[in-house]
Amino acid sequence: MSIILKNISKTFGDFHALKNINIEFQSGELTALLGPSGSGKTTLLRIVAGLEEADRGANADILFDSQTVTSSPVNRRQVGFVFQHYALFRHMTVFENIAFGLRVKPRDQRPSKQDIKDKVNELLRLVQLENMAGRYPSQLSGGQRQRIALARALAIEPKVLLLDEPFGALDAQVRAELRRWLRKLHDTLHVTSIFVTHDQEEALEVADRIVVMNHGAIEQIGTPNEVFHRPATEFVMQFLGDVNVFHGRIESDSAIFNETVPLIEGQENTARLLVRPHDLTIQSTPGKGPALPAKVYRVLTAGPIVKVELIDRHNRLIQVHLSHDNYNQTMLKLHEEVYLVPRESRVYANNDAWTGAYVI
Amino acid sequence: MFINILKSTDKRPGLNPPLIVNMAITVIALGFLFMFVIMPLIIVLKEAFSAGLSLWWASITEKDALSALRLTLLVAAIAVPVNLVFGLAASWALAKFRFKGKSLIITLIDLPFAVSPVVSGLIYVLLFGLHGWLGPWLAQHDIQIIFAVPGIVLATIFVTFPFIARELIPLMSEQGTDEEQAALSLGASGWQTFRRVTLPNIKWGLMYGIILCNARAMGEFGAVSVVSGHIRGETNTLPLQVEVLYNEYNFVAAFAVASLLAGLALVTLVLKSIVEWKTKHG
Repeated sequence: MSIILKNISKTFGDFHALKNINIEFQSGELTALLGPSGSGKTTLLRIVAGLEEADRGANADILFDSQTVTSSPVNRRQVGFVFQHYALFRHMTVFENIAFGLRVKPRDQRPSKQDIKDKVNELLRLVQLENMAGRYPSQLSGGQRQRIALARALAIEPKVLLLDEPFGALDAQVRAELRRWLRKLHDTLHVTSIFVTHDQEEALEVADRIVVMNHGAIEQIGTPNEVFHRPATEFVMQFLGDVNVFHGRIESDSAIFNETVPLIEGQENTARLLVRPHDLTIQSTPGKGPALPAKVYRVLTAGPIVKVELIDRHNRLIQVHLSHDNYNQTMLKLHEEVYLVPRESRVYANNDAWTGAYVI
Repeated sequence: MFINILKSTDKRPGLNPPLIVNMAITVIALGFLFMFVIMPLIIVLKEAFSAGLSLWWASITEKDALSALRLTLLVAAIAVPVNLVFGLAASWALAKFRFKGKSLIITLIDLPFAVSPVVSGLIYVLLFGLHGWLGPWLAQHDIQIIFAVPGIVLATIFVTFPFIARELIPLMSEQGTDEEQAALSLGASGWQTFRRVTLPNIKWGLMYGIILCNARAMGEFGAVSVVSGHIRGETNTLPLQVEVLYNEYNFVAAFAVASLLAGLALVTLVLKSIVEWKTKHG
């Protein structure tokens, strides 16, 4: 089922949580709403579910398969919602939790006892917790609770599955495992799904499409590849992955980054050169092209990549990620003066991408 | 074995007070309990049965005593359900929703705890009494509230007002609204959500509140005394009946009726312990 949001705004008192959001979620797609806390992503998800009401505007509308649902309450929308802290019914067994959505159906639509039993067992198999039916939520681990919450939401055969920070409260290892599992589950069920996350890695790994949000507005919508490799705004570039920021200024028609005097923050005509840590090459000599001088400060070799921390001439920390092979070839020494060459970079001036020339 | 209980199980040095201190504290605590709780109870029972079992039986089956028992049970049977409905509704609204004036309402709910019961009774006399605000109108329409059963019921409801709400508000606030939202998202109606999710989550707290409310409703003296008028066989509840008999130097009968009240209290206490145990282990 496709979902279309038109001109959705939400204010809490003086606070604009969402500012005129327009977006379409394709049928069968797994979309991530990605943004820092306070960006409005959870509010947007709750508005789709009907748990929160959008501000009444002339053109505001929510469409499920081109049918407006703006005025139907949450219990009529048939959405599967997985809450951040699972919200399992603490006084019910796992079986009863999953069966709940079936048992509260109107009498004429309610499945028979046997059908409910079969359905719950099928869902327990799907989430790989067949022998937990008799347990209470308090007897389950975080990861197990998460999967039961998902099974409970799926029991009503929702047209859309909404997940609020689905892996937020889990430890790193369980997270990674559940992430892969959720992707696999989505590939078998193909139900339109939207999940909220503040973890860019999670969004990049799991989602078909990513909606990057900031301050109640959408910064960019695109595939993981698009948002990572072609960030539309400076915010997206900074939010998705580590990035080094070099400060410079605009002079006549070019952005200049080779100043020796440190720049004052908040100055007019400033420009920023953004380079990802893996897009910097370390050389011992300046070479022919543009290069930034820096001093090696610390080298971290534990892990799949080598992380080199350097200090530039303005005393700012720069991170460079190298493969172990590259690191072994360069033979870096601590406190040695080296030159950094950006292979790929983006320049932003004022609030926009800078398309003019720049000097490093 | 007794000594072993007194020895602290905490093995950290410096945290174990000497055995003699432990014993002294225990003796003081038990002594207090005996003097102020157990001894009075024993005396009530001893006095009640001092003239033999048959006289005790005659005292509690006497016409006025039976009428007092009936009235006490009637008052509790009205006051407890009324406060149950009110308490549930108030704590639901206060714990699950945010609105202006919320803390004012919580303060108002506490009012009957803060006001002396005698004053509570007087409020009703001033409102419904013959010379009160509504008195003349009530007299015209031949409705009697003060010195009659309605007054007693009203005063009891007022005094026992906070018990259930006070028990439920913290419990429901702590549980939040996540489970209710989950129930709604699964298609449940408002009533289904309340009956299948909210109510089971608070049932032991609710039971506890009902028991406390009931105990107070049956034992209330001050407020009821002011509005009752002490009409024998008509407006005397058990506590009032005890006072009347005592003032007439009819000690055996007074203690016999008191033993009945003490019996009701003991039953309540046992129920309360069961509910407390269930809350912890259920």
